[in-house]
Amino acid sequence: MNAVSQLRIATSSRPLSRERISRAALRTILYLIVLVGALIFTFPFFWMASASVKPDAQILLVPPVWIPSPFQWTNYVRPFQNLPFGLFFLNTTVITILGMTGVVASSSIVSFSFSRMRWPGRDAFFVAMLATIMLPYPVIMIPSYVLFTKLGWINSFLPLIVPEWLGSPFIIFLMRQYMLTIPLEMDDAARIDGCSWFELFWRIILPLSAPALGVAAIYSFTFHWNDFLQPLLYLNRTELFTVQLGLAMLQNRYTTDFGAMMAVSTLSLIPVLIVFFTAQRHFIQGLVISGVKG
Amino acid sequence: MALKQNLLAPMAARRGRRLSQRQTEALFGILFVTPYAIHFLVLQLGTILYSLFLSFFDSDMLTKMVFIGFDNYRYLLQDEPLFGQALKVTAIYTFVSVPVATILSMMIAVLLNQNLRYQGILRTLYYLPAVVSGVAVALVWIWVLNPDYGLSAVVFSALRVSSPRWFWSEGWALPGLIMISLWGTGTNMLLYLAGLQSVPSQLQEAARIDGAGAVRVFWSITVPMLTPTILFNVILNIIGSFQVFTSAYVITQGGPNNATLTMVLLIYQKAFQNFHFGYASSIAWVLFIITLFFSLLVFRSSDRWVYYEGGVRR
Repeated sequence: MNAVSQLRIATSSRPLSRERISRAALRTILYLIVLVGALIFTFPFFWMASASVKPDAQILLVPPVWIPSPFQWTNYVRPFQNLPFGLFFLNTTVITILGMTGVVASSSIVSFSFSRMRWPGRDAFFVAMLATIMLPYPVIMIPSYVLFTKLGWINSFLPLIVPEWLGSPFIIFLMRQYMLTIPLEMDDAARIDGCSWFELFWRIILPLSAPALGVAAIYSFTFHWNDFLQPLLYLNRTELFTVQLGLAMLQNRYTTDFGAMMAVSTLSLIPVLIVFFTAQRHFIQGLVISGVKG
Repeated sequence: MALKQNLLAPMAARRGRRLSQRQTEALFGILFVTPYAIHFLVLQLGTILYSLFLSFFDSDMLTKMVFIGFDNYRYLLQDEPLFGQALKVTAIYTFVSVPVATILSMMIAVLLNQNLRYQGILRTLYYLPAVVSGVAVALVWIWVLNPDYGLSAVVFSALRVSSPRWFWSEGWALPGLIMISLWGTGTNMLLYLAGLQSVPSQLQEAARIDGAGAVRVFWSITVPMLTPTILFNVILNIIGSFQVFTSAYVITQGGPNNATLTMVLLIYQKAFQNFHFGYASSIAWVLFIITLFFSLLVFRSSDRWVYYEGGVRR
């Protein structure tokens, strides 16, 4: 070590006295709080995953066995033997994919019209749409049920899917906010080149809105996958059940089979977690678009 | 599409090119918005009005449909023992969970906005519970809060006190549900984080140079700049918590002894278990009006406490 660097250490160590120590202490406390918080927020996930592979004898032990040994994978098999969970997962996938496709397709063209076309009454209608975001679902729950009963749609996936093909206010709002950021000169140029309005939407605006479409798809995916109330209303036959309904049924029938419940719970979260981790950035971006402008 | 353009062609010849372009634009604009227009008219406006209509009838949707005027409303305000209970449960749930969620998520956002190592991972961990919801989460919490075998038993025995009975007692069941909702507060947190990042750092630095301490900077600069985000979150949270259903339905079925009977659970029971559709509609309308009242109250008060940096156009 040469003289210069020694000097530097000497000078820099002088203010170390009080201010630096208290600052280091503050940072340590900060990290401690943040880590304890993170532990609290993630612990139920760990608890669930760990319980899903616990042998029966270890499941109710206090203090608990944190890492079970040996792993008991039969917890994952049993619920599939007791209830048709394979079918439940298939049903949920069908509803989710059809609902998601519908909401993205319809909302994108509606938001194109709201954001880039001029027609009488547009802004008033947009405000009316925003107001409906505040509408509590319970108010429309009973009339919708009556309507779908009259149409003979109870015990089919139609009440869960068809409304999605007519656009969702929140998603339209989200997409419109995004489309407003695309320069309008783009449209003028395309129109002068002879693009029809639909071509303008399909060839130019839609591809440019890909991030917003992604956000909408992710939201719709998690919404449909987690939805409980609507399937509960419209699906009464076991062979039509979604995973959420199946889980509730498992809880009713096999009240004490915690291992099985935790195993199916774990499985039911996996698709959502995969989508979340692969598209995390879009998720957050979508929230920011909706929140900051809101 | 070609057909419509042909139809418009004569009009274009008569009125000149410019006008016809505006007309086709309007025509296609309205055409493109049609899916949502149907949704709006049938599934939103139509259903609200029908729900109001239904609330003046005694109806089971199958055999009878008798007009009874305001009897449903009179009954629920005077004789219904469960309505008062549901109102109380929902009010406690909302007025505890909304302020606590606001403070908690803002605190977490401030902490996670510090220059931390592994910041991205930490934010993800805090946000994760907000992505998952539904029955699985309810099932996990039933067990985490089990006073004999759950995590609650472990934690409280370490503190050498016996665990609250949570969902197995009238007093602790509702706090249990509130805790679950707080666990999923990640969405609020993310919005506050986004809000924090848009606070100009020059303002904070200027205040610091003028001698303001960290606490003072937080209260005088950061919080005012966050008020638009607070308004947005609080209104969405109020609407959301007045509608709490899944956790109450799956975990407690409204019990023990109606201690967690929320408004939506009551509506669900009256309509889909007892088949009093008219009566359930009147409860739904009361809930709608209460929600609207509190959202508007917060919104109207926002003049006094929300600060828009760009200023508000008046």
